[in-house]
Amino acid sequence: MRRAQHLVVEASRRMTRRGFLLGSLQGAFIGALAYRMRQLQIEQAGEFQLLADENRIKIRLIPPARGLIQDRKGVLLAGNEQNYRITIIREDTEDVPGTLADLSRLLALSDEDIAKLIAEIEKRSPTLPITIADRLTWEEFSRVAVNAPALPGVSTEVGLSRVYPHRGDFAHVLGYVGPVSDYDLSKMENPDPILQIPKFQIGKLGIEAKLEDVLRGSAGVKRVEVNVRGREMREIDRREGDQGANVVLTLDARLQNFLIARLGAESAAAVAIDLEDGGILAIGSTPTFDPNLFVRGISSADYALLTENDHRPLADKTVQGAYPPGSTFKMVTALAALEAGVIGPGEKVYCPGFTQLGDRKFHCWRRGGHGHVDLEQSLEQSCDVYYYEIAQRVGIDKIAEMARRLGIGVKHDLPMSAVSEGVAPDRAWKQARYGKDWIIGDTLNSAIGQGYVLASPLQLAVMAGRLATGKALSPRLIKALDDVPLTKPEAPPLGISDAHLAAVRGGMHAVLNGNRGTASASRTVDASVVMAGKTGTSQVRNISAAERAAGVTRNEDLPWERRDHALFVCYAPFDAPRVAVSVVVEHGGGGSAVAAPLARDILLYALFDGLPPLEVYPSAQREKVRQLLDTMPLADPSTFTTGGISRA
Amino acid sequence: MSYLDYSLATAPAGWRKVLHVHWPLVFLIGAVSSVGFLMLYSVAGGDLGTWAEPQMKRFAVGLVVMFVIGFTPIKVWKGLSVVGYVGTVLLLVAVELFGSMGMGAQRWLELGPIRLQPSELMKITLVMMLAAYYDWLDPRKVSRPLWVLIPVLLILIPAALVLKQPNLGTTLLLLAGGGAVMLVAGVSLWYFGAVIGTGVGLVSAVFESRGTSWQLIKDYQFRRIDTFLDPAADPLGAGYNIMQAKIALGSGGWSGKGFMQGTQSQLNFLPEKHTDFIFNTLAEEFGFVGGISLLALYVLIIGFCFLSAFGNRDRYGALVTYGIATAFFLLIAVNMGMVMGMLPVVGVPLPLVSNGGTAMIILLMGFGLVQSAHIHRPR
Repeated sequence: MRRAQHLVVEASRRMTRRGFLLGSLQGAFIGALAYRMRQLQIEQAGEFQLLADENRIKIRLIPPARGLIQDRKGVLLAGNEQNYRITIIREDTEDVPGTLADLSRLLALSDEDIAKLIAEIEKRSPTLPITIADRLTWEEFSRVAVNAPALPGVSTEVGLSRVYPHRGDFAHVLGYVGPVSDYDLSKMENPDPILQIPKFQIGKLGIEAKLEDVLRGSAGVKRVEVNVRGREMREIDRREGDQGANVVLTLDARLQNFLIARLGAESAAAVAIDLEDGGILAIGSTPTFDPNLFVRGISSADYALLTENDHRPLADKTVQGAYPPGSTFKMVTALAALEAGVIGPGEKVYCPGFTQLGDRKFHCWRRGGHGHVDLEQSLEQSCDVYYYEIAQRVGIDKIAEMARRLGIGVKHDLPMSAVSEGVAPDRAWKQARYGKDWIIGDTLNSAIGQGYVLASPLQLAVMAGRLATGKALSPRLIKALDDVPLTKPEAPPLGISDAHLAAVRGGMHAVLNGNRGTASASRTVDASVVMAGKTGTSQVRNISAAERAAGVTRNEDLPWERRDHALFVCYAPFDAPRVAVSVVVEHGGGGSAVAAPLARDILLYALFDGLPPLEVYPSAQREKVRQLLDTMPLADPSTFTTGGISRA
Repeated sequence: MSYLDYSLATAPAGWRKVLHVHWPLVFLIGAVSSVGFLMLYSVAGGDLGTWAEPQMKRFAVGLVVMFVIGFTPIKVWKGLSVVGYVGTVLLLVAVELFGSMGMGAQRWLELGPIRLQPSELMKITLVMMLAAYYDWLDPRKVSRPLWVLIPVLLILIPAALVLKQPNLGTTLLLLAGGGAVMLVAGVSLWYFGAVIGTGVGLVSAVFESRGTSWQLIKDYQFRRIDTFLDPAADPLGAGYNIMQAKIALGSGGWSGKGFMQGTQSQLNFLPEKHTDFIFNTLAEEFGFVGGISLLALYVLIIGFCFLSAFGNRDRYGALVTYGIATAFFLLIAVNMGMVMGMLPVVGVPLPLVSNGGTAMIILLMGFGLVQSAHIHRPR
């Protein structure tokens, strides 16, 4: 028993010793835990605090408000509007169809919309916000915002979106903005970080694209606290960016509106230039399109309508389009010959109705010929043979040189897309372009603005302006940048003798005001707005000898796309020119019948800064003109208010 | 020795037992659990109902269980040890069978409203079984091979069943817990040396087996080990959790970011923030001061258990107390080691603090046994 007692005591002691051993082991490990805690929380605390901040703080860019575009009087041409959107994040929504069904009681969402949205949401990343609806009214937006707590994953956002209040009027010159694409980014060497903002709008075309750097502004930065899903929990601080610069254009919104309306359904282009400083007052191409459609994302049906239209609404015919200038080119040939001294202003050339060149006959438009014509008569009646003759005397190289001096065959530096250089052909050009020698027949064709000669409506307007002023004025579009007016460039003299210019101007005056002028029907009767101009009718087909023998088919009997282009260039007032206008009507028929009345009305609207008084029109035309002007679909004057434009 | 130092010839009976409850232990357990409630309230974003309230209810139930077990004489528990052990092993087998009958890899049995996790219960019943074994065994025989083999088998049978579930964390806890009871019971240290040597050999064998046809552990377990060894190698994949856990803990600094101000936990960067990684929330919001304080509370609980065992001449009661205290220690050590990047992530909750149903009840049952041993110790 005592032995057993001894054993028990011994076992108990050993157990206590072993208990100490176990306790010590445990104590040692707990010591290690405490040491590790010290290591992480005290020695490396700074490092981990940095990592924690990296986790929670995200730097987000604040898109800047895009600069506004205004016309010369301050009328808003491109602005920004609040865009109320509703987005959904799939990850935060347990039941996507259920949430959308709830939403459809607040917004007009059809079953079809919902099905489309569900497909879209399934396809995209669960963490990305998907736009359910945008461009909501304030009412719809607030209805959703109020109910947001009951709609998991649904959030409301306000952004700025580009808006073009005059819709189609400025579509070609302003272009439009659209969400930046991967393709856009691939073209840039050092893309601005703000372009990473999803659906950030950048200029795609026209001034919006060319002045992108000026209009865009710079992004602001905000620091936000995000959760592990990247959702913003709160904003820590922000630094606002710089808004884009405002751009004031030389354009006149009302004149532009009139121009587009006056061109109407024709496939046409017109340009009006202020002769004081080369500022473009209006530049329009019809038919046009609504750039707002592109900002919002155009539907494929709408897009197909635009691309399948044979009048090519998407093309900017004013600067991209290059047309044979036809007889409007005759001033170039005339000045080249006058300056070269191969003909005098009063010297007459006999026109039998054609010029024989070897076995080829070059016809005058008037089969019977014009008889003996001097320079003024040749322009007034648009005699072709006169120009065949003087062109042979002066040679193509001098004609091409004169064309470039007057602005044809040179690229005018304008912030518009795809500005065409046109063609002022000469020997070297043909050799380089076709590898062929220049032949005399080419010279004859070029003399009357056919053959290789191509000019854009812009170039024709510039030509008219340079003829009117005798100065090498350059077209310009930007009047002021960020409220700082741009210095008006001083146009250097053309270096053409005043006498020669005066002779050509006299011919242009006779075109409208002479008894036999080709555009005398479009003359004005008010002494303060006497016009000078030149018609042009350029063939888009060759007239064969057989056809000519059978009698040239009248334009009206041809299919539209084979009819002649109708052109007209003009300026006024004759003795103190202020505005030059060019009009090209594609396949319009004759320049005098189709283009000249359009050009006259645009020119008069520009001169009178509004609809001209009927008294300036010949009395026989007044009733017809009144009806025309009264029924024109002009925009409501309230859309041209200039005051109180706030930067949205 | 009781803090109420009036000696009794025999153990107290009836209501007097209340005076002999180890009250400091009870208060410490309450304190640690309250830390848990506070943290569960915080990680729920200041919401009581999500985790904190159910945890409080479970604590209340557990407390009642603890006192019922504590007031029951330790002899009763000694007598029930074998039955408890065999019963739990059978439950483990049952779970295994139902699992193989196509109910999925279930680790628990649904018994009405209670979801019983036999592997958790095993931690207690194994300790009871081993204590009863060494209480019965002649102390002179403890180191004889045959008498060592028996407890080794008693440990390995449930350990193997739990490993098959598979639940590596609990398996290791059973092995270590059982080993600790054997150590305290006086088994020769040479055996432990041999086991540790074999263990090292086995671990190298496990690594050797990787990618071969006789691969000993699952791929995901290998990946956990990889992650443990180098969490930065895959910060967005498997290493993400442990990296975020260390950031939460480290960024707490000396005094923490303030209650409910922990960015890692409140913004959900911290995974499993209410269960395995709850300590990181505490350390982030209350800093080193908060973390070390909780550790100190744990040390006190373990220390009081050891002190109670030192003074307990009843071999069964003392062994059970050592065993329970060691099981408790192992949970703390593995969880904290894991969340601080010292041990691989094995999915062990922080005792009394982490949100969890069975674990809380089982732990309080264990402390019930400690109380019973303490109250009914021989005087």
